[in-house]
Amino acid sequence: MNGRKRTLEAISFEFVMTVIAIIALIIIIAPSLVVLIVSFTSGFSLRFPPPGYSLRWYAELWDAWQLHFAAKNSLIVALWATCLSIVLGVAAALAISRSQKLSARLLDSLFMSPLVLPALAFGLAALMLFSLVGLPVSPLTLVIGHTVVCVPYVVRNTVAALAQLEPTLLESSAVLGASRLYTFRRIVLPLIRPGIIAGAFIAFMSSFDNVPVSLFLRDAATDMLPIRMWQDLEGKLDVTIAALSSVLIIATVVLVAVMERVTGLSRRLTN
Amino acid sequence: MGTAPASRDVTSYGMGLAAPLALFFLVFFVAPLLQLLWLSLHNDTAGLHWGVGQYLHFLTDPFSLSVLGSTLLLGAEVTAVCLVLGFPIAWLYQRVGPRLQTVIILIVLLPLLTSVVVRTFAWIVILGRQGIINATLQSLGIIDTPLKLLYTQFGVVIALAQVQMPLMTLPLITALGRIDPNLDDASCSLGAGSWRTFFRIVLPLSLPGVIAGCTLTYAAAITAFITQSLIGGGQMLFMPMYLYQQASTLQNWPFASAISIIFLLAVLAVVSVFTTLGRMSRGYGGA
Repeated sequence: MNGRKRTLEAISFEFVMTVIAIIALIIIIAPSLVVLIVSFTSGFSLRFPPPGYSLRWYAELWDAWQLHFAAKNSLIVALWATCLSIVLGVAAALAISRSQKLSARLLDSLFMSPLVLPALAFGLAALMLFSLVGLPVSPLTLVIGHTVVCVPYVVRNTVAALAQLEPTLLESSAVLGASRLYTFRRIVLPLIRPGIIAGAFIAFMSSFDNVPVSLFLRDAATDMLPIRMWQDLEGKLDVTIAALSSVLIIATVVLVAVMERVTGLSRRLTN
Repeated sequence: MGTAPASRDVTSYGMGLAAPLALFFLVFFVAPLLQLLWLSLHNDTAGLHWGVGQYLHFLTDPFSLSVLGSTLLLGAEVTAVCLVLGFPIAWLYQRVGPRLQTVIILIVLLPLLTSVVVRTFAWIVILGRQGIINATLQSLGIIDTPLKLLYTQFGVVIALAQVQMPLMTLPLITALGRIDPNLDDASCSLGAGSWRTFFRIVLPLSLPGVIAGCTLTYAAAITAFITQSLIGGGQMLFMPMYLYQQASTLQNWPFASAISIIFLLAVLAVVSVFTTLGRMSRGYGGA
């Protein structure tokens, strides 16, 4: 009797948890699918389901020079911000990763703080600083601002990769007569490279998608894609944005698939 | 250091390597924030007269306080929805095979890396007057006129919950993966039911993950400028948009600075409460 009651109870628990989990997964994935479908509409509105299907909005997108211009700016800034983040972030991660010193822990908190602090407040602050020193808004100020908010991803992933490195490997290498630089090049770097790449990838994506910092540090000459899209959406509900969104979704899926193969991205984010 | 300078520790690198980034942060992160603080302590836009007038203005203005209140409340609602929906995903993840695990992780991960504007745009399509929800309900004959879903608190919460869900789910998956599965079996074989085992064993042991997830979700939800403004529309005002309006449209930098500082302090307060809880829960979980 008791056993029967328990199995019923176990079934009810598993049923509820599984149903909620599946609903949650559908809520996560559905919006992207909806955008993909709507982008092929033949109509002028975002009605779902679409009245018919066509590629007209992709043709529109092909001619949307303002979006192309903004996309080019966003790509350039994201690439530079990622490069700067790798150089500064990997060096800093090497310094703080194995150190127990208070200074290392404080620096770690400092480097991570842009992840928690409201980026909009930082964007305003950066604009005020640049205008105080007379530096006009330009791709340079954008790269600097983006690097501040993107470098934490590189630092965090590199520190995590370094933490998994066996210290005995480094000691053996030293005992066998290798210099520190040689050990770094031949042992450390190959082992932590996937971690660096994963961090750089997330940094790149978050720079490409950044709004709060760009909002203050760009102007008409340095229009950025997410802001252009946001302003287009504020004004009118343009189906061209659906086509662009679909392109971005597909690009993200492809990049994530590549990164999963190269760096084991999913394991990195759950360990 | 002084004891054995000859046998240098080969497994660690000098702190000097952190100097470039530290310097970069000092100039481009710490200095701007200090300047923000400095300007917020001035009563005029030129920054000549010291005073706490900006803060007094904010703290005595019912409108400003209501914006702050609704922002903090929004964060709490989004965090709660994410926890209720995210926990079962993490639970399911631990019970399926490796192939399905990869599928689940990629489903959770994709939104995190998809542009926020794109994700928000998707919700406009879903919640709009001709969107899926309204179209479905109308074709089923449940409603005659379209429901107003866009530009409502409900719309903002559900859209933000979807946008921020990965930030909650990933730490939960990590935390649940660290729990010894034998504890589950032990509890069940000692006669506790599944529900009881979940609430008495699994949930308490996963608290560090819950708290990490809540911190990230909350901090991200209250600063999610794009989703708040596009789904909330003009009638609903939250702190990020308030800050942006004061800074950009009205060019009132001292007041915008004060808003930033108050917002920063609010976020820091919430994060430190969560961190303290996290420390306590680790002691609890480890005991």
